[in-house]
Amino acid sequence: MSALSNWSWDYDGWIVLAGILCAIAASLPGNFLLLRRMSLLGDAISHAILPGLAVAFLITGSRSSLPMFLGAVVVGLLTAVFTEWIRNFGEVDEGASMGVVFTTLFALGLVMIVQAADHVDLDPGCVLYGSLETTTFDMVEVAGMEIPRVVLVLSAVTAMNLLVVVLFFKELKLSAFDPALATTCGISARLMHYLLMIIVAVTAVASFESVGNILVVAMFVVPPATAFLLTERLRSMIIVSALIAALSATLGHVSAIVVPSWFGYRSTSTSGMMALCAGILFFVISLLGPQHGVLIRILRRQRLSRRILSEDLIALLYRMDERKSGVVASIDQLRAALLSSGFMSSLLMKQHARKGHVIATENGYQLTDSGRRLGAELVRSHRLWEQYLVSEGGVAVDRIHGQAEQLEHFTGRELRDRLQQETSAPVLDPHGSPIPPE
Amino acid sequence: MSGSITQPPDNSLPLSVRDLTVAWYRKPVIWDVGLDVSPGQLVGVIGPNGAGKSTFLKAIMDLVPRASGRIEIFGQSYKRSRHRVGYVPQRESVDWDFPVSVLDVVTMGLYGKIGWCMPVRRHHREAALRALERVGIGEFANRQISQLSGGQQQRTFLARALVQDADLYLMDEPFAAVDAATEKAIVQILREMKQAGKTAIVIHHDLHTVPEYFDSVVLLNMRVVASGPTDVVFTRDNLEKTYGGRLTLLDEATEAMRRRERTL
Repeated sequence: MSALSNWSWDYDGWIVLAGILCAIAASLPGNFLLLRRMSLLGDAISHAILPGLAVAFLITGSRSSLPMFLGAVVVGLLTAVFTEWIRNFGEVDEGASMGVVFTTLFALGLVMIVQAADHVDLDPGCVLYGSLETTTFDMVEVAGMEIPRVVLVLSAVTAMNLLVVVLFFKELKLSAFDPALATTCGISARLMHYLLMIIVAVTAVASFESVGNILVVAMFVVPPATAFLLTERLRSMIIVSALIAALSATLGHVSAIVVPSWFGYRSTSTSGMMALCAGILFFVISLLGPQHGVLIRILRRQRLSRRILSEDLIALLYRMDERKSGVVASIDQLRAALLSSGFMSSLLMKQHARKGHVIATENGYQLTDSGRRLGAELVRSHRLWEQYLVSEGGVAVDRIHGQAEQLEHFTGRELRDRLQQETSAPVLDPHGSPIPPE
Repeated sequence: MSGSITQPPDNSLPLSVRDLTVAWYRKPVIWDVGLDVSPGQLVGVIGPNGAGKSTFLKAIMDLVPRASGRIEIFGQSYKRSRHRVGYVPQRESVDWDFPVSVLDVVTMGLYGKIGWCMPVRRHHREAALRALERVGIGEFANRQISQLSGGQQQRTFLARALVQDADLYLMDEPFAAVDAATEKAIVQILREMKQAGKTAIVIHHDLHTVPEYFDSVVLLNMRVVASGPTDVVFTRDNLEKTYGGRLTLLDEATEAMRRRERTL
């Protein structure tokens, strides 16, 4: 961590703050973009504002300031309008029409900037990754305090986005979930769409100069997507997405300093690293998430297949016991019949022995009374299902076993009773085996 | 409901439609539809796929642009009587993975009443919970909607319509792919609505249950084939006209129109 010894709150502190503000500002509307399945519109708008900046510059001749800001926001909104037009009149899908609009506008902006290159210090490279590192070079005085202009602008944008999301929470939620109902309730879904587009455009323009395109585009999409995996309510999704955005920004700046030093390089692009961190957080959470994570799903699936095997073992022993009462079966016999692994089978049989379902003898396992009851339930479910499939579903007798084999593991007492009723309480199943009584 | 549609719209009627035409790229989806619905009726809208049933409901609520026609709801434009109309969209029209609870979805029925920027209060949530209990899924109030079965989803939508406390309900296939218990529950609610003097216009697919569920029917296939009391209008002859003959000549004419436009 020696690379951090140069850390200065006056310098790095401001950079991190600017990054956090941009990340939060973008993630707030990003949640609604994600839920409306238009995440890429943030991307499109962030690129399309370029000609707006160029035109405003060419007209007014000034680089900083309001005209440029407004010019860019207007073009950003036009992106949304054009996208909808092309989709309606050109009969192409939304993704394609969005692609047409924003690449065209972006290219137009590039051409204009290059044309005016003599008297413009708009750097196309700057567009991409911004210049977060120069945050502290442009300070303004507010209430006796020297703060970077970027931080001031981004604070205002974050405050605006927060205000819009809090004030119109209900309206944004309804028009994202069910635009038709929103419109019939007098909450015009179209109006909410353009309100959202306005704050997306303003956020993109404000972030454009300081932190660059990469960061803002990433923050429109990635923190909300991560939060979506972790939450079940919109309110918590928005809060979590803001926290993840802030965390990515902080981690991003720290790793921009630290990580390259491990390999002997100087620090790298901060905003690039912030976006990368957001991506890594998403990846980690999609692996380890508590509800939808890949890992937990694998674990759940394994637990289920263990439970099924454990029940299959008891059911098999029960069937053998039917033919020869008090039979003793070895692990090898059981696993050969079920095609299961020897290790798993003996582990699960030991578990049954501990629970008192079977007794372990020298030559194998023998059912106890409680094990016989358990086996009877499973076999009863199995044979009732077979009967049901044949008598109610008209399925051929030679095809029912596989299906019943699956269903028996998910059939409780109540369902069994209903099966018995529907099949009018048979004594034998379609194969002629007796159906054990409850 | 009356057969001839030439008189001016009647003020007291929940719904009165004259000469309604809706078109996509010149191709008419519904064509010259006229209809009067009297209060306290359960009206079934019947017709084959692509007959324009959903479009008809949406056109009533200004959700799709209409090429021509006049629509009055309780004698006024839709805009002015919007608060008296409740809409139950098709279940598939929304994303059931959306991060909201069942109670949230029902509360959405009250958003129009709550007003812009005002927060949802406790009495709103209590009203929503009562509606959920009325449709028999009160215990699911705090679940995320992705955990509901198809029938429970439909009941959630119905509860949302109930809290709207409208006078005219427009329902798009509430019976589609629901279990028998849910179907019974929906019918029960519809009858209670009728008893309270409300009117419901319901798109329906299962022809067997039409005479049992609805007081009157509208047979729709681009145009109104027939409309009126179920026992008069719901006949084999009318059904054959509705389901048998697509207006193929009309299709051909519009196709010719579009070809002409493209080559000009």
